[in-house]
Amino acid sequence: MQTKASTRNAYLIPYVLWMVLFVVAPVLLVVYYSFFDVEGNFTLGNYARFFTPVYMQMTLSSFWYAFLITVFSLLVSYPTAYLLTRTKHKQLWLLLIILPSWINLLLKAYAFIGLFGTYGLTNSLLEVVGIGTKQILFTDFSFIFVSVYIFIPFMILPIFNALEEMNPSLIYAARDLGASSWLTFRRVIFPLTLSGVKSGCQAVFIPALSLFMITRLIAGNRVITLGTAIEQHFLVTQDWGMGSTIAVFLIIAMAIIMFLTGSGKKEVRNGKKRKAV
Amino acid sequence: MGRNGKLSNVYLAVVFAILYAPIAYLIFYSFNSGGHMRGFEGFTLEWYREVFADTRLLIIVLNTFIIALLSSAISTMLGVAGALAIYHVRRKRTKNTLLSLNNVLIVSPDVIIGASFLILFTMIGIKLGFTSVLLSHIAFSVPIVVIMVLPKLQEMSPTLMDAARDLGAGSWQILTRVVLPYVKPGIFAGFFMALTYSLDDFAVTFFVTGNGYSTLSVEIYSRARQGVSLSINALSTLLFLLTVLLVVGYYFINRRAAKTPAGRGLRP
Repeated sequence: MQTKASTRNAYLIPYVLWMVLFVVAPVLLVVYYSFFDVEGNFTLGNYARFFTPVYMQMTLSSFWYAFLITVFSLLVSYPTAYLLTRTKHKQLWLLLIILPSWINLLLKAYAFIGLFGTYGLTNSLLEVVGIGTKQILFTDFSFIFVSVYIFIPFMILPIFNALEEMNPSLIYAARDLGASSWLTFRRVIFPLTLSGVKSGCQAVFIPALSLFMITRLIAGNRVITLGTAIEQHFLVTQDWGMGSTIAVFLIIAMAIIMFLTGSGKKEVRNGKKRKAV
Repeated sequence: MGRNGKLSNVYLAVVFAILYAPIAYLIFYSFNSGGHMRGFEGFTLEWYREVFADTRLLIIVLNTFIIALLSSAISTMLGVAGALAIYHVRRKRTKNTLLSLNNVLIVSPDVIIGASFLILFTMIGIKLGFTSVLLSHIAFSVPIVVIMVLPKLQEMSPTLMDAARDLGAGSWQILTRVVLPYVKPGIFAGFFMALTYSLDDFAVTFFVTGNGYSTLSVEIYSRARQGVSLSINALSTLLFLLTVLLVVGYYFINRRAAKTPAGRGLRP
């Protein structure tokens, strides 16, 4: 089986050109820009500034929110994925779970502004139940709720796939050997689906770190994530150097997370990748 | 496998209800004559009329579709070339390097993609607007196409190409008569995926639009910040219908793709 060298190179040319221009160059440019201040002088000041309490606190809270969002997404998604694998038309149900994630994210965020607003559906419900009107929009609760809402499909998908790949006879074996359902879950099912859980967490945590539109629309600028800070520096204060510095740290964080959660290769399975906004 | 109990069905129902609540909410109020999203006052199609009367909005919708179609067409070509390139690389090391570089844009947060493209376009002097949006959409769609096409290439038996060569086919003939028809389902899936990514993208576009040029997501963002207008609801209802059509189309292509390989007599 021989392929002529000339044909091989022909395919590589456009692809490698694309890669150099849109993958390698942008990363290098971000690193390059992180060494310049607003006036365009070379400086290490941005890095010094990143380690001041203001930015450190922002980074910590960004990680904390991303952590909470990941945990809640997992808590909702695992049972959902598990129950889905036990339904009759599971592929169809899975498609219906994924369908909302294909709807423009901005529209869903916009709907939540209405749902959570002072006169929205949620407050009307609270009124009926007797709790009374509450401020829901622009709180931590609404921010985490909407973020979890957005990420659930991306968590369900890999877990669902992992559950599907699992050999069911292992469960029967565990039951035959006298394990209770809980023990079976804890010792057999969960460990075997850990890869799905990991890639789900990866698919949620990284975009959750860099959310920026939700923080504006739903959290009313109260929550500042690394993503919001980057957007702020690039598009509002025009301090590209500082924005790039934050981006460099975000890239490093991303690499560490990918390393910790196993393989760096994330496939686009069936559905759609997360849209981090 | 086993059946679900009552409690499990309730749980699933709640999850589904929450997932669809915002969409149902938007659609429901798009017919409200009251002009707000609290309390339904009466049925009207006024907001739909408003959408179709808003020339600026229609131009933006048109822009969004032009960008989506162009970028997915171009990225499909580039992506197919990329998949073929990776497929033909023999050295495992090089192959893995190419694959990891391919995945960089898929796993990177959109904020970073947007910011770094903004720097790139400013550096090489591309004016922000149509060109920059188109280029960035092509850029982030290429790896998706590669990932959809590559598995199809890998499941193709290499003996097919050998046979074609033995029968006297040139490289071009092998490509157009053997390889491309075989991976067609992957190419279509990649194209659709790129299309929906482009239609949906906000973060990257937001960074590279500049003034004066806008796509739908960016427009909705700025309108949503100003406050509630039911014409957005009407628009989202229309978009929802379109999305459902796209997804159903994609689903059937995928299903057909899953069926074909065995049933075509392509085995060696």
